[in-house]
Amino acid sequence: MTEPLLSIRDLHVRFGETEAVKGVSFDVMPGETVALVGESGSGKSVTALSVLKLLPYPAASHPKGEILFKGRDLMKANDAELRQVRGNDISMIFQEPMTSLNPVHTIERQVGEVLAVHRGLRPNAARARTIELLTQVGIPDPQTRLGAYPHQLSGGQRQRVMIAMALANEPDLLIADEPTTALDVTVQAQILTLLRDLQKRLGMAMLFITHDLSIVRKLADRTCVMTRGEIVESGQTRAIFANPGHAYTRHLMAAQPKGGPAPTAGERAIIETKELKVWFPIRRGLLRRTVGYVRAVDDVDITIREGETVAIVGESGSGKSTLGRALLRLVSSEGRIVFLGEDVQRKSWKAMRPLRADMQIVFQDPYGSLSPRMSVGDIVAEGLKVHASGIGAAEREARVIEALKDVGLDPEARHRYPHEFSGGQRQRVAIARAMVLAPKFLVLDEPTSALDVSIQAQIVDLLRDLQAAKGLTYMFISHDLKVVRALANRVVVMKDGKVVEEGAAADIFERPREAYTRALLAAALDLAVVEGART
Amino acid sequence: MNEVATRPSDARPAGWLSPINRRRLENFRRNRRGWWSFWIFLALFVVTLGAEFIANDRPIIAMYKGELLVPAFINYPEAKFGGFLALTDYRNPLNYEEIEANGWMIWPPIRFSYGTVDSQVPVPFPSPPSWMMTWEENCSGLPMGLEDPLCINGNMHWLGTDGSGRDVLARLIYGFRISILFGLTLTVFSSVIGVAAGAVQGYFGGWTDLIFQRFIEIWTAIPSLYVLLIISSVIAPSFWVLLGILLLFSWVALVGIVRAEFLRGRNFEYIHAARALGVSNATIMLRHLLPNAMVATLTFMPFILSGSVATLTSLDFLGFGLPVGSPSLGELLAQGKNNLQAPWLGITGFVTISVMLTLLVFTGEAVRDAFDPRKTLR
Repeated sequence: MTEPLLSIRDLHVRFGETEAVKGVSFDVMPGETVALVGESGSGKSVTALSVLKLLPYPAASHPKGEILFKGRDLMKANDAELRQVRGNDISMIFQEPMTSLNPVHTIERQVGEVLAVHRGLRPNAARARTIELLTQVGIPDPQTRLGAYPHQLSGGQRQRVMIAMALANEPDLLIADEPTTALDVTVQAQILTLLRDLQKRLGMAMLFITHDLSIVRKLADRTCVMTRGEIVESGQTRAIFANPGHAYTRHLMAAQPKGGPAPTAGERAIIETKELKVWFPIRRGLLRRTVGYVRAVDDVDITIREGETVAIVGESGSGKSTLGRALLRLVSSEGRIVFLGEDVQRKSWKAMRPLRADMQIVFQDPYGSLSPRMSVGDIVAEGLKVHASGIGAAEREARVIEALKDVGLDPEARHRYPHEFSGGQRQRVAIARAMVLAPKFLVLDEPTSALDVSIQAQIVDLLRDLQAAKGLTYMFISHDLKVVRALANRVVVMKDGKVVEEGAAADIFERPREAYTRALLAAALDLAVVEGART
Repeated sequence: MNEVATRPSDARPAGWLSPINRRRLENFRRNRRGWWSFWIFLALFVVTLGAEFIANDRPIIAMYKGELLVPAFINYPEAKFGGFLALTDYRNPLNYEEIEANGWMIWPPIRFSYGTVDSQVPVPFPSPPSWMMTWEENCSGLPMGLEDPLCINGNMHWLGTDGSGRDVLARLIYGFRISILFGLTLTVFSSVIGVAAGAVQGYFGGWTDLIFQRFIEIWTAIPSLYVLLIISSVIAPSFWVLLGILLLFSWVALVGIVRAEFLRGRNFEYIHAARALGVSNATIMLRHLLPNAMVATLTFMPFILSGSVATLTSLDFLGFGLPVGSPSLGELLAQGKNNLQAPWLGITGFVTISVMLTLLVFTGEAVRDAFDPRKTLR
């Protein structure tokens, strides 16, 4: 047996009084991919960051444990030695490609910096090597891209640049901390394929941190399942998936959203659009002349009938969220919007107010959509104060309690503040805020994508139960096709503001007509790269 | 691992403060310097609020021929005590002895008000503090010398007199009060106007913001000191006139940060959520956005307060401030400058102003740190 490249022995991490990682041990062999899987708060990222000692010291501390890299204990290494290792022997890629590149420096400068620091390359040599690296990570036309700034690149390209920087010095170990979470599914698949190819070609080891089991299954040789700061199960990936030993692993695997949508009942159209357009003007020059438009939503005709769930799917930038907001008249648009037989497009903000009780929205980010300074009771009651101002405080409280019970929260929660709740509980509060007004039509704008998988499944179940109990109509905006499959009667696929394909959910999933839909499905459900879908 | 069953473990906090405010209070308390500065300042302020009971040329309560009098609050004509003037001078030996003979008086610890001119000092004005002279010297100005009933501590000038024979300590107490009251009023008014203006600009954005911003840029380009000098030479400056003039220019201080907070906040998802609920603009601004801006505002407030106090002092020093005869720290400094042979004037003014501003700045720092979300409890 060969010597392990990285060996973590009984690692502990403390933040003040709380222990984030409690005795984690695992090995990474040369050339091997090890995945650390777990839900948020399981300590997987903290473990990865402690390898390079990138945690916010002294707030964080390591009471115990050692990190052996090529037989040397990094825990005892001083700053100068660590700098030698960082970016040279071990490099790292992060989750958010938007913020991990410096927006004021060109690509050449950022990639070149790594080369200059560790290799001492001169500008000309560094430029040649940078072009080579960019070609390696699949950036088209790298010569012209050298002078580009991060904002001129797409999310996928930025992540490729990050990978190029990480690979610049041919590290022995690459730590990838959720490198694809912030990306669209088709891009995700491309990046994963790229990582796998590069790893094979360069023979480096990879420590892959993720919460997504389907990625693990595709990519990792060995898997460690983490929860609450401990590794509960580790072994060969195939063995773990075939025969999960620990209850938590089984729970994680079973946590995919399941079940199908309820059959639709009504025929009456709840909301209908004709040639709906949302164009944002692009202004240039001193006089701010309008030189063109960003067509966020372009000529969209959709009809949503009573009691059904229509899913709007598409990648980021496809205009699906804008469409949802335009329907509720939260962004201005052109074209007809008919809600419950009434044309609402021309109505003033004031005249819209009585209708708002019937149309509600739940947002993606449960951390951002609840005012941190209001108690849960006040948050849920806010709509009642506008739409049912006649009722007394006691009646209002009774309705709040009922709404909280409906979404499966303890009514006592109304005295607490949002920060005391987990992401899933907050999303329940956001749903209660919408439900307390007894709306007919609910826009769900990616309500599950900021949540852990097991919580996602619970929210999907909750939404389905609420729909059955109250006869609600949903417009479900999502990029996550697994959730869509569990919830939607009909699916509308959007790309660049236009509807690409529309039809019954079963048809779309079984017999997609358009190439774009096929690419989306393949990427989302099998993580395969379909040629022609490159961005 | 049913998520619904897991409730937040910590119990509901007692009291009316939300957890985040309790944390802030705790942070504030941990900054010992700021915490003590705050309490010392508050104590000084409360004490000087009752200046009439500490330094006054009238007794607080008097009993005269079986009648209970409150001269500190009611103007009794001298006829009541056998004289002929419209107002009673209780320090006048005739009146003093008349009341003492027919009842009693309770005097404040310092028997001078800010405007009382003491003609019985031993040396010409400005006379030095009483502790710099012997008892004999101190009482030598009184009609009966050491035997005089007024040869007591309360009738001495503990910090001397100024160039017009007025007690420095009494003027200091009244001057401190008027400085703080002026500063507080100015701070409150300019904060209210500034927050409202910033809120409207930030929330509505677009043209409202653009026009308002240009207006503020032009407005702040006006040299405010010259305008002040010109206006105060036309209108006789009273407390409220002065406040109004300073307010014209001081309200812009908070507009920038409040506007920025509102610009940032108006695209928060919970603001979208409130708009989707049909909540009115005014309610959204008040209930959802203002709390965000309050942190920045509260952080700035102690500094605006100290700035206002300093402005008033400098105007008084230049002679364009409060009307002649008002107790003011700036005027005391000016007298110190004009009477370098009497260092107690300048030193007293300097020490008072620096202590006051230091306390305010320390408090302000502690408030700022307490509201800093990155500051963790250690």
